[in-house]
Amino acid sequence: MDKTHIIDLKNISMEYDGTKVLDNINFYIRKNEFLTLLGPSGCGKTTTLRIIGGFEKPTEGRVIFEGRDITNIPPYERQINTVFQKYALFPHMNVFENIAFGLKIKKVPKDEIEKRVKEMLRLVNLRGFEKRSIDSLSGGQQQRVAIARALVNEPKVLLLDEPLGALDLKLRKEMQTELKNMQKRVGITFVYVTHDQEEALTMSDTIVVMDKGQIQQIGTPVDIYNEPENAFVAKFIGESNIVDGIMHEDYVVEFANRVFECVDKGFEKKEEVDVVIRPEDLEIVPLEEGQLNGVVTSVTFKGVHYEMIVKDGNIDWMIHSTIMEPVGTEIGMRVLPENIHIMKKVVEK
Amino acid sequence: MRMKWTSYPYILWMIIFIVVPLALILLYSFTVGEEGGITNLRFSLDNFRRFLDPKYLDVLWISINLALKSTLITMVLGYPLAMIIAKEKPKKRNVMILLLVIPMWMNFLLRTYAWLTLLGKNGFINYIITKLGFAPLNLIYNDRAVLLGMVYNFLPFMVLPIYSVLVKIDKSLIEAAEDLGANKFEVFSKVTFPLSIPGIITGITMVFMPAVSTFVISRLLGGGQYMLIGNLVEQQYLWVGDWHFGSAISIIMMAFILVTMAITAKFDNQKEGGGGLW
Amino acid sequence: MVSRGLKRLYTFLMFLFIYAPIVVLIIFSFNNARTRGTWSGFTLKWYAELFRDKEVLTALYYTILVAILSAIISTIIGTIAAIGIYGMTKVRRKIILNLNYLPVLNPDIVTAVSLMTLFRFLRIEFGFITLLLSHITFCIPYVILSILPKLRQMNKHLAEAAMDLGATPFYALRKVIIPEIKPGIVTGALLAFTLSIDDFVISFFNKGPGVSNISITVYSMARRGINPVINALSALMFTGLIILLLIINSRSSKSIGERGDII
Repeated sequence: MDKTHIIDLKNISMEYDGTKVLDNINFYIRKNEFLTLLGPSGCGKTTTLRIIGGFEKPTEGRVIFEGRDITNIPPYERQINTVFQKYALFPHMNVFENIAFGLKIKKVPKDEIEKRVKEMLRLVNLRGFEKRSIDSLSGGQQQRVAIARALVNEPKVLLLDEPLGALDLKLRKEMQTELKNMQKRVGITFVYVTHDQEEALTMSDTIVVMDKGQIQQIGTPVDIYNEPENAFVAKFIGESNIVDGIMHEDYVVEFANRVFECVDKGFEKKEEVDVVIRPEDLEIVPLEEGQLNGVVTSVTFKGVHYEMIVKDGNIDWMIHSTIMEPVGTEIGMRVLPENIHIMKKVVEK
Repeated sequence: MRMKWTSYPYILWMIIFIVVPLALILLYSFTVGEEGGITNLRFSLDNFRRFLDPKYLDVLWISINLALKSTLITMVLGYPLAMIIAKEKPKKRNVMILLLVIPMWMNFLLRTYAWLTLLGKNGFINYIITKLGFAPLNLIYNDRAVLLGMVYNFLPFMVLPIYSVLVKIDKSLIEAAEDLGANKFEVFSKVTFPLSIPGIITGITMVFMPAVSTFVISRLLGGGQYMLIGNLVEQQYLWVGDWHFGSAISIIMMAFILVTMAITAKFDNQKEGGGGLW
Repeated sequence: MVSRGLKRLYTFLMFLFIYAPIVVLIIFSFNNARTRGTWSGFTLKWYAELFRDKEVLTALYYTILVAILSAIISTIIGTIAAIGIYGMTKVRRKIILNLNYLPVLNPDIVTAVSLMTLFRFLRIEFGFITLLLSHITFCIPYVILSILPKLRQMNKHLAEAAMDLGATPFYALRKVIIPEIKPGIVTGALLAFTLSIDDFVISFFNKGPGVSNISITVYSMARRGINPVINALSALMFTGLIILLLIINSRSSKSIGERGDII
């Protein structure tokens, strides 16, 4: 991947009627990468995208595009195109006219428009759909037209605002792969907004996790999954057990009334921390070998694994395992030191 | 895209042609003095005091009375019709609604005039009556003729809103009521009717409002001597030329109607859009 | 079934009540006798007289002229205003919409006298201009009310999508927004046109010497009693209305009920 930055967001803040929706956002987007803004609804991810697209002006901060400040440049003068939530296709135009819209404005010669639109339709697997009206297309097809309409303009950056949100699960999975392939083929930068963590993990090179208008963590999918920086990220990315703990010293943590070896350091003595353990990292062992033990209170079959809730004092541990233990069984659990993630407590503002 | 500036020309238009005119009649109603100017005006409540004269209060009372009566009659006549139409199949339903709408789009004066040709001394009804050997009746230029004219003109205003609410009622609600043991009458009184109340309320405002302010129906079917509050305003503005008193009556009429609408709107929580304030 | 027969009878009587006066009116426009008393043969003389009547013809001319002009002007102002109102913040939109509702909710006669007061106050001579201005004023709110729902139905990102693809705001307005809300604009224009044709009260107070419209002519004739010329006029206007309605109906057969709500 190219290391040069194509977009830099510097100290972006946004206020609507006195409410802060973005609070000092800083990150950069590298050339040709697939970057995802991930977070729950209302976290500010769509606003961030709209600022990059030029539909909103930030209250503070600057947007740098290839070294040039574009904060005050209107959307129609940016080399950035957007695939909108629910596509925003023009209902009074057919597929061809929709895709040709941008080219016509740029006064591209007719025969070239024809050629490029055809090319795009091939790229999105809609050959022969030129004359079809928008209403006659399925959700997945509309989606492809929306992507083609944006890509035909050869933007340097493509913004996608929850483009798969309106599709059903199966189609969504297919489109995920297709989108990723498309991005590799056309070789441009994608900035993708979603609230679906699985989607983000599958498709992205870089994930920016956001909550309450702030960035919680930036990293590769693997980093974010394995090394969540705080309890929010841990909870939002995959499922997690999050319990209160106390850091005794470097590499030693106490939780669930027991002391464990861990791999984290750099906390103050006796500092209160969040301890995060993924459900699949809790291993079921015979009772006497367990570091932790408890009684199984519920079992749910999830297809690949069983999800069990194990009651240990006042903590309910969630375990994912291919072995099923019936409700009422007392079991032991072990966890490896590297699977215990220690996080600073987030102080609520 | 925010393009609110495109509304600025109209905002200016509204100020000049909606806000200022109303402000002017408000100003005139609270003052006495020379016509047409604002230099010689003196604050006064005389115009309103004058309205308290039994002569004028009677006019107000007759107007309200007639408007209430016509509202009630259109409701009693219109509700069953709305219900019958709403229960028809969509195709027939649309034709019937169209038939109801067509006369409404015909000139209001011509509709009223049509009754003149029916009820008049030499009118169609008297023509038939005399043919049958009876003495001609005095059908026109009285209360009943005015009332008839109101009911005739405003009936669609009652039927349409009730119909549009009835037709939107989820059929499964009625089936659910029947399933729970309600008979036809109970289904109507406990489900259909309560759900149609917003339509009735819209209908009431849409009939009562023009009925209380009309001066055409009363003039044409009530004859020259017939006086409603609308006629009073017309008289003050066009014949007497006392704009201050005319303004005061207009303000009273407007206040009365806006208050009525505000009260009915309170009951009508289903109404949406910008009219919320009223 | 008895109740079914009863329903049919009721429906029949109601529609008889609604249509009988109009039918009688039209039939008698072909009656040779001046008074209603007797049917004395078919004639078209009232139609001929109608078209010779200078007063009626002038009124017809002004009615149509004012209706066309006020429909065009109020549609232009109203469309532009509706787009602006749509883009406003909630509070301001509410204020503007409530002001916009005033001429719709106020009794016609109050709107009429308030405008009359304004024109007198500004010392504008009563005539064609005052008639036109007052018609535009009461038409615009209806235009706005028929366009706003279309704007709300529109995908709110359409204009942004156009600009994203390189369109200037004006181009987006012309090529994307206007085509999208066109049905609303057409409905608004037709509504304005018919409201203007149909208006009596506001015209009655804001007309000038030598300038009047059909409604006013009918009123002044009808006050003198029955006049077969009016019958002929009614028959013509009724036919005109039916034709207009058929046109509207073929445009959008679905929104009859909705339109009924607006009136």
